[in-house]
Amino acid sequence: MSEQASPGEGTVTNGSTGPTKATRSLRWLDERLGVAHGGRKLLDKIFPDHWSFMLGEIALYSFIVLVITGTFLTLYFIPSAKEIVYHGSYAPLRGQKVSEAYASTVHISLSVRFGLLMRQMHHWAADVFVAAIAVHMCRIFFTGGFRKPRELNWAVGVTLLTLAIVNGFIGYSLPDDLISGTGIRIAYSIVLSIPVVGTYLAFLLFGGKFPGNGVIIPRFYIIHILIIPVIIAILIGIHLALLIRHKHTQFRGKGRREDNVVGSPLWPTFAAKTTGFFLMTTGVLAFLGAFFQINPIWQFGPYKPYKISYAVQPDWYMGWLDGAMRIMPSWEFTGLGHTIPFEVFLPAVVLPGLTFLMFYLWPFVEARVTHDYLDHHLLDRPRDRPKRTAVGAAVLAFYFVLFGASATDVLANYLHISLNLVLWSFRFLVFLVPVVVGLITYRVCVEMAATPGAGKQKRANIVERSASGAYTTRPADAHPGDELGEELEPAEVPERVG
Amino acid sequence: MSEAGDRDRSTPESSSPVDDPAGVEPSEFASLDDPHLQPAARNPERMEKVIAASFVIGIIGFAGLGAAYWQNAQPDLMGLCLAVGLVAMGFGVAAWGKYLMPPGPFVEERHSLAGTLQEQESFEAAALGRGQLVIARRGFLGKLLGACAAIFATVAAFPLLRSLGPLPGKSLDTTSWRRGSKVVTADGRPVKATDLEVGGLLTVFPEGHEGSATAQTVLIRVASAPVVTMPGRETWSPQGYLAFSKICTHAGCPVGLYEEQSQQLLCPCHQSLFDVLDGAVPVFGPAPRPLPQLPLMIDSAGYLRAQSGFNQPVGPGFWERS
Repeated sequence: MSEQASPGEGTVTNGSTGPTKATRSLRWLDERLGVAHGGRKLLDKIFPDHWSFMLGEIALYSFIVLVITGTFLTLYFIPSAKEIVYHGSYAPLRGQKVSEAYASTVHISLSVRFGLLMRQMHHWAADVFVAAIAVHMCRIFFTGGFRKPRELNWAVGVTLLTLAIVNGFIGYSLPDDLISGTGIRIAYSIVLSIPVVGTYLAFLLFGGKFPGNGVIIPRFYIIHILIIPVIIAILIGIHLALLIRHKHTQFRGKGRREDNVVGSPLWPTFAAKTTGFFLMTTGVLAFLGAFFQINPIWQFGPYKPYKISYAVQPDWYMGWLDGAMRIMPSWEFTGLGHTIPFEVFLPAVVLPGLTFLMFYLWPFVEARVTHDYLDHHLLDRPRDRPKRTAVGAAVLAFYFVLFGASATDVLANYLHISLNLVLWSFRFLVFLVPVVVGLITYRVCVEMAATPGAGKQKRANIVERSASGAYTTRPADAHPGDELGEELEPAEVPERVG
Repeated sequence: MSEAGDRDRSTPESSSPVDDPAGVEPSEFASLDDPHLQPAARNPERMEKVIAASFVIGIIGFAGLGAAYWQNAQPDLMGLCLAVGLVAMGFGVAAWGKYLMPPGPFVEERHSLAGTLQEQESFEAAALGRGQLVIARRGFLGKLLGACAAIFATVAAFPLLRSLGPLPGKSLDTTSWRRGSKVVTADGRPVKATDLEVGGLLTVFPEGHEGSATAQTVLIRVASAPVVTMPGRETWSPQGYLAFSKICTHAGCPVGLYEEQSQQLLCPCHQSLFDVLDGAVPVFGPAPRPLPQLPLMIDSAGYLRAQSGFNQPVGPGFWERS
């Protein structure tokens, strides 16, 4: 802690007291790297405190867990579509022809000590990674954290979300089990649906006619473990460097202004909190990996192009695309010697394309619409911007309905209603729900904004009933210690403590 | 590392006072009593015990993990030990930071990112002006360089992209079904006309292409006499055997579920439903076209054979499909 380190730093300069070993090392480093000036600034860097600022940290720490567990998996996984006869420890599969990729994944799961835990942690970390990015992005959106000067960092974040989704899909395709093989088949059809160039793209990406002469697994492997992770790592670096450059945004509060930032210093307070949070995130992922089975590929069986299992569903972050493909009408265009499969192209290519384009452009569109080209470092509360919040809620509702539509068959079975009814309901709901959600959100925001202190009340109310039956309300007594909670005026980080 | 050195930071005052210009403020020593440095915990001693306890739990968790690994315990037990160790250790570290380390709030100034107008103009002059000067003097060289780079980029695309796979050509239009192809199961067993009861179903392939992703075909016996699914297909279903491509015309999944009562094929991926007796026309869901039908015949030995290939390209739509 700083109290202990500071006296050393303070006294060595005049040479009267012998420098400690740690001080000598820092001095040695500074003379070679010039770290003292920037280093001091970095250690004093202020990080505002708010629970919602931890969402991005969850994403970052999930990525670290992905790299560690993923590296473990590469030591055992064989990225090959070569067919072999299974002779491993899982009796029901013995004698079956399976790919080496599949056999090695079963081996990791059932025979490598710690292997199943690592595989399940890896898969859970991927699902949490995408989820944390999505929720973090919602936080940025609804609080206006994307506004000038942070538009570029928003774009970096959108790119990270895209890459996380793509790499997640490619990752769960690697084991070459029945469900993931079906996923690759659908991905192939999606590429094929692109007008003019689709067929050529599919043949080049997948190495020919499906299932592509065994090149898909090795290609997906190098993309999954090297190309995309490296890009993600670089973009995370840029994301964090820009965060340091811009300094963190903050909510309004005592002493917080557009031209300052109030919170805990990086060293030691924030460092301790975030390190602890990293360990806890990893612990939760270990817990999920230990107790919540995910993708038990030995039960699904190896991929055979002519086999399929019932209730096929992708990982959660592909659900909106799957739902869109299910509720899309069969609008294939045929004519002039060509076919455009709009029933695939619109939901699976145009929809995600427009989605991410909209994400990239939003900061610029909003600035244009509101004529607000100023710097913003103080965050909005969602209620303060009813229109933005309503648009965001409506867009979220749209994707939630699409996500729900990826379970049409499950819902029809569960509710004992016809698939037809479920399908048509979703075709209407996907347009109706966003409108309703948007209007309600707008109304709620306007009402809350008009009520000073709404949502801020921390003290309970006591409702008392008199003998005559009348009710009166009075605030409860302050919780012991609440009066001490009055926040201090923020102070400069002291140069030294002593 | 953050903004340019425009911030007026006080230099380390402990350097020799002789060097100090007049008027430098004395070093800012914070007293240990400063409220900003006091622990946030109401009862720091108690919090210290809580943190110590969570570190002890962490030690137990990690030791347990070692023991569980050594004993080759169930994965969930190893995972539990790992999770308990990490969460306890993490909680301890985070609580130490949150409740016992200097909580502040501390403040840092924020400065405009943009430089002064002069700096901006100077930067623009260097970045753009010098380049323009060079190009203006040697415009011809610039054009040649551009042509050189463009040709390189074009040519480089061939080894990097063109080599990735064969060109499609007409290969999506046909499958390995030919006139006279013997109908066999996935394990290569030829199918005889007596093999299926009415209502029975098999996944079949042309002989020699067992398991083929593109030639996979669903064989259904819907009656004991020929069935006409569409005009012009009078001879395609000897003894009530119908054969359709098993690849969904929507996104290419195998149309794997057959409902015998309604005589419909269902694709489990996106719920397209095909009416078998009407020539597998889609009656529900996103599939745009019927499953192509394979004309069958029965040879003199009683085995099922294909009269020809499929009547049209199988599977999902693509641009070149006419």
